Amino acid sequence: MKEKQESRKLVLPGDELINSMDYLPGKNCFREGNSIFSKKLGLMQTTGRVIMVIPLSGVYMPKTGDMVIGEVTDIQSSGWVVDIKSVHDAYLPISGVRGFIDTSKTELSKIYDIGDTIYAKISMVSGDSIHLSMQDVRSKKFTTGRLIRISSAKVPRLIGKEGSMIRLVKDNTGCRISVGQNGIVWLEGGNEEKAIEVFKTIEEEAQKDGLTDKISKMFKGGKNEKTK
Amino acid sequence: MNKIQRQYLANLASKNVRIDKRKTEDFRKIEIEKNPIENAEGSARVRLGKTDVLVGVKMGIGEPFSDRPNEGVLMTGAEFSPLAHPDFEKGPPREDAIELARVVDRGIRESGAIDMKKLCIKKDEKVWMVFVDIQIINHDGNMIDAAALAAITALCNTKLPVYNKKTDMIEYGKKSATKLPVSYKPVAVTFAKIGDTFLVDPNIEEEDVMGARLTVTTKDNGNICALQKGGSEAFSIDEIKTMLDVSIKKGKEIRKMI
Amino acid sequence: MASLTKSLKCSKEAKMKRPNNRKPTEFRPLTVVAGVVPNADGSAMVKLGKTTAIASVYGPRSVYPKWKRKADRAIVNCTYSMVPFSTDERCRPGPSRRSTEISKVIGDALLPSIFVEEYPKTMIDIYIVVIQAHSGTRTVGINAASVALADAGISMRDIVSSVAAGKIDNTYVLDLEGKEEDASKCDIPIAYMPRKKKITLLQMDGDLSAKDVIEIINLARKGCEQIHEKQKEALIKRWGI
Repeated sequence: MKEKQESRKLVLPGDELINSMDYLPGKNCFREGNSIFSKKLGLMQTTGRVIMVIPLSGVYMPKTGDMVIGEVTDIQSSGWVVDIKSVHDAYLPISGVRGFIDTSKTELSKIYDIGDTIYAKISMVSGDSIHLSMQDVRSKKFTTGRLIRISSAKVPRLIGKEGSMIRLVKDNTGCRISVGQNGIVWLEGGNEEKAIEVFKTIEEEAQKDGLTDKISKMFKGGKNEKTK
Repeated sequence: MNKIQRQYLANLASKNVRIDKRKTEDFRKIEIEKNPIENAEGSARVRLGKTDVLVGVKMGIGEPFSDRPNEGVLMTGAEFSPLAHPDFEKGPPREDAIELARVVDRGIRESGAIDMKKLCIKKDEKVWMVFVDIQIINHDGNMIDAAALAAITALCNTKLPVYNKKTDMIEYGKKSATKLPVSYKPVAVTFAKIGDTFLVDPNIEEEDVMGARLTVTTKDNGNICALQKGGSEAFSIDEIKTMLDVSIKKGKEIRKMI
Repeated sequence: MASLTKSLKCSKEAKMKRPNNRKPTEFRPLTVVAGVVPNADGSAMVKLGKTTAIASVYGPRSVYPKWKRKADRAIVNCTYSMVPFSTDERCRPGPSRRSTEISKVIGDALLPSIFVEEYPKTMIDIYIVVIQAHSGTRTVGINAASVALADAGISMRDIVSSVAAGKIDNTYVLDLEGKEEDASKCDIPIAYMPRKKKITLLQMDGDLSAKDVIEIINLARKGCEQIHEKQKEALIKRWGI
């Protein structure tokens, strides 16, 4: 952990990260001559001989296997168009829904209607087509609760290492929370306001050191106030 | 807009609670910057929370309207630049931008804020033209109140440029000491109706779910000088009465900031 | 700075009087702020002397109408405009031939810096609004737009910097302002990627020898290098650890 923190460094597009042929350019980096440069505004990270940059901003880029939260915006003959706040709209085909659907008997709007919010898995990304699936056990349609949006670049920090951060928030607020990799977060019950306050802090200070400590303190502070 | 967020906001409103914890009659934090644009004869930037509006006043010389031969001319325009919101499009102003400009214009015009007779240079021939241009920098709801406040602040801080009678030209580099004659300060207060609840200064999420909207522009003496209703739902006479009362009260508070 | 002065030995520096006692190699006071439009994916404001522009970037996002999309890369749309009260005499809102040309050259100046091939079938929209104009609106617009692109997390080769230069009497002068533009024998705005030392925008109007043109471009390049540092500072300030 300590080692990683030492290597965290803010870099900008065009910054030279290293002048050496011993390293390989990873994500968001490119090589020119002997040097490796950053393509993006982000944090530089070195893992073994690979240098990469973790972006701090930007539109959500869909990845197969990601869980996302989206809104149904259109119904077509064999599936649903879903806005996942990404580069392109996503598509949920009938084949991506659990169970058999006989389209001659069932209106698709009875399953998911325009304006519905769903938690879905990205099953395929190819060019501009993004396919969703509801077959993952975590998938669901939300019928209550509320949504907030944070920068998708900050989602990894919000989830934390192996889910540690989000667990911290859930345990301390009693909220039920689902996080979409696309930056949309659903929550319901418990101390929603506190959870949102924490999310906003994480979003603003994701790149800063000592974030987990700060968040823990926020919860302790809240508890003390209550006992007073 | 998605159903659960709509449901959530409607539910909050029914309990008289707002998503950003404001009271129903609270404005967001108002920040006013006076004369940020030196090239304009007067200007103001107003932030209502994250809504950010810049207004500039330019003065020119032109012919008066034939039915008002000894009065200056006021022109108000607004642009919803695609800079300010992902859904704003390029091209000529859409109907909502025109509506906004006209609501702001009516507030200024009908309140008699500017003493137009003092803007006459030569009857029937030459009068001062006052151009009020509204530029949205960031749209986070209630652009009308922000624009109206920025417009009247800009007008209050406007100084006429030097008019050279001999050359019949305006010397724009020099500002005269003459202030634009502004005698009233109209203030717009907009309400969003969600269910049976009325919210002052709606943010963009509240605007998305509101059934109707009313903008009330009040004058220093508490008179009403402009109204504009929008949206698909309707108001009762009692609801309107309440909104008028609140807008007079809020107008007084905000007028002190100009 | 010292090397800059050296390259201008031919100049009659002592005789030159510039507004605010600027040196021929100095640009006007510069402010760069990143992240000024919360709704945008990336944004920036740049103020050079009085000239002020705000840029916001949206995207990459879906292309409408669809036939405009490119299968192998993003299209970059740039729109430059001036607010009516940005100038001495009110300028009419809406596009003009001038603003259309400037939109195009700014787009072309930024394109070489963007890895468009990483975003097939999408578009990146850049909107530049000049809120106060006093010489150099296109270069200020480029400086703001490039910071906005980086702020938006777009993959880039470098941050593009831009400034104009000219020649007054026998002196090469950086960042012409107001009446200097009339006094100058020419006006050459450039945009520059300092890392690769590549020029991405080049325009000129005037009447000048080839040698002078090269000298002026070199002066503007050096100005760009300093502007580049200010642009980076603004991004570090917004995103710093």
